[in-house]
Amino acid sequence: MILIIYAHPYPQRSRAGRVLLGAVRDLPDIEVHSLYELYPDFDIDVDAEQAALKRADLVVWMHPIYWYSVPAMLKHWFDVVLLRGWAYGEGGDALQGKHCLWVTTTGGRTSSFAESGVHELPFEDFVAPIRQTARFCGMAWESPMTLHGAHLISDDEIASAALALRDRLSKWLPDPRAIKEIRRPNDFE
Amino acid sequence: MILNDALIYLAAAVICVPIAWRFKLGAVLGYLVAGILIGPWGFNLVSDVDSIVHFSEFGVVLMLFVIGLELEPGRLVEMRKSVFGGGALQLALSGTAIALGAASFGLGWKAALVVGAALALSSTAIAIATMTERNFLPTPTGQSSFAVLLFQDIAAIPLLAIIPLLGVAALSGVGDEPSAPGWLAFGKAFGAIAMVIVIGIYFTRPLLRLAAKTRLREVFTALALLLVIGIAQIMSLVGLSMGLGAFLAGVLLASSEYRHALESDIEPFKGLLLGLFFISVGMTIDFGLLVSQPGKVAILVTGFLTLKLVTLWLTARIIGVTSRQRWLFAILLSQGGEFGFVVFGVARTVGVLSREWADLLNMTVALSMTTTPLLLLLHDWWNARIECAGGGKRDADEINEKDTRVIIAGFGRFGQIVGRLLFANGIDAVVLDHDPDQIELLRKFGYKVFYGDASRLDLLNAAGAAQATLIINAIDDVDDSLLLSDVVRENFPNLKMIARARNVMHYVGLRSRGVEVIERESFEAALKAGRHSLEALGIDRFRARDMANIFRRHNIRDLEARVSDFSDEASRVSAAKAGRDELSALFARDREQFESDQSSDGWH
Repeated sequence: MILIIYAHPYPQRSRAGRVLLGAVRDLPDIEVHSLYELYPDFDIDVDAEQAALKRADLVVWMHPIYWYSVPAMLKHWFDVVLLRGWAYGEGGDALQGKHCLWVTTTGGRTSSFAESGVHELPFEDFVAPIRQTARFCGMAWESPMTLHGAHLISDDEIASAALALRDRLSKWLPDPRAIKEIRRPNDFE
Repeated sequence: MILNDALIYLAAAVICVPIAWRFKLGAVLGYLVAGILIGPWGFNLVSDVDSIVHFSEFGVVLMLFVIGLELEPGRLVEMRKSVFGGGALQLALSGTAIALGAASFGLGWKAALVVGAALALSSTAIAIATMTERNFLPTPTGQSSFAVLLFQDIAAIPLLAIIPLLGVAALSGVGDEPSAPGWLAFGKAFGAIAMVIVIGIYFTRPLLRLAAKTRLREVFTALALLLVIGIAQIMSLVGLSMGLGAFLAGVLLASSEYRHALESDIEPFKGLLLGLFFISVGMTIDFGLLVSQPGKVAILVTGFLTLKLVTLWLTARIIGVTSRQRWLFAILLSQGGEFGFVVFGVARTVGVLSREWADLLNMTVALSMTTTPLLLLLHDWWNARIECAGGGKRDADEINEKDTRVIIAGFGRFGQIVGRLLFANGIDAVVLDHDPDQIELLRKFGYKVFYGDASRLDLLNAAGAAQATLIINAIDDVDDSLLLSDVVRENFPNLKMIARARNVMHYVGLRSRGVEVIERESFEAALKAGRHSLEALGIDRFRARDMANIFRRHNIRDLEARVSDFSDEASRVSAAKAGRDELSALFARDREQFESDQSSDGWH
């Protein structure tokens, strides 16, 4: 099962995210948790979220990037769902061996994420904390998918990105290279 | 005639007690002085002193009932060690020392033994009234003192039974009880106690519930008094201490929902009768003896007090009272008790004591009662001096006052949800409600709910408002709710209030009384329904939440503005209209900002 954890505060107002999610929503064996719609008061149902994670083979974190980071709700989801003793730490092997795919949209053009661009840093620098979150939980980090300039590019460009995502998820098989890099619980103790 | 006497007693109390209070001498001394002034050796204003003494002893009975109410059976079991250990030790030490002292005055061994045992007893009335006045009863030392007093009350019963056996004179003058065979008396006593327990457990609660349902407070009060008087009568019929019976009844009702209501209904009667008791003690002091034998009286009083203080101090040391409070413990229990009068009376009738000695000893007891407040003043003064010298360092008393932190006033739809959230998280609260049916039901579910009108000061005091952190005002009735906030603000300025408002006017009323945390009972729920409506119309859930948040903030600001000028009807209406216009403008501005954010650099 593929679990999509979708975090957009105003899903209907979204330009890119709505199309991306719409393209994969009807795939078989997929579950979508749109956090801002499920828990508008940040009252995340931890048990339900953990149960869904348990069932999943691939966990997709999908959201727009704003202020170089995940939306507040997804950060809160990390905080209350990925608990010590469950997702990491002693006995925390619930996510061990599962795969994680990060799907994001950004407002800046590809060229803005460079030393010479307005954001002054390569996009790769902003990936690190998210990747490490997944790795710390023993998940295999799949090559992330990023759509830059989400409100600058044309509708066609968004549509083709959506198709690419649909294609990737519908044909998804665990990436052997990602498996090789999985962090084992005793690797760093 | 009765009214005339009442006039004199009340006037004497009203004049003397505030004066004593003003000079920090304590109410007990005030009453005693009032008694001396109106008694035969003062202005001789009252005629029938003996019957007043007899009547006012009922104040002691009521006091023991109230003490019993405050003591749940569980705690009584916990206290058994200090009652039977500390109490027996004190009686043995003080009794032996005083008996030896009495023997040195030339009394026979029998008389000396009776005097020793009788004078070892302290005055429950004076000791407890003084401790309550100083809020000392809930402290560990206060509890130790109470344990000793409780043991003395129990010990007084066999003591009274033994005296006639020591008698040399014929028993004819004593009455019937002592001549009855021992096993019969024992059987009667056992029967009476069993009866009190059965009544206390099975009959009082349904009766109190019926009385509470009438919602007539005087019926409830009358039943409470009837209960105590009835039990006292049962006990005295078989020659047991009325106070002990009342205490037992109190303990049996301590875990009932009517505990606080009973306590606050009995309290004024208890206070007045106890005052009358102290007055009557003052009246019975025979100053004639003081005039004819001043030297002997002085020696007896000082000798008695010295022996008793020293033995009490030793007791305190052995039972582990902190060194700082040993003298306090000794002084509190130093006086002779009201049982002394009874014992000396019986001892004289059976010929164990001569009339002269009985009078002298009565005098000693009465005078020793007046010395307690004076010794306490001396103790305070001495302590203050030591503290000044020692840099004012002092450990706070460890107060185990029922640990009330939260009081919930009103346990209807609203209070229940607050209470359940607290209980579920292990926070105990004292709940006050005035609906007997509701209480019955909730107690079945294991809640600690007490019957009573929460806006009454005495009930709040009984529920522990003085040391609580928080009171939740969830009373249905708007007027009662406002009254409660007045009472709390006036009497417990440090008690934080969280209030439920039924509507805007109620909110304004609470706010203008200085209540800071108020929740309108329907506001949050209506706001939530508004959010659901926006969602049903296709608006994102989180966006609907934003809108509700803006609305809430504006609404409360608007309400607060109304609080400040709520006296002016015209400005209230115009403020409401201005508020509405302002809110529309606010939403328009927000909408515009929201749209433009999306088109530029917001969430994609």
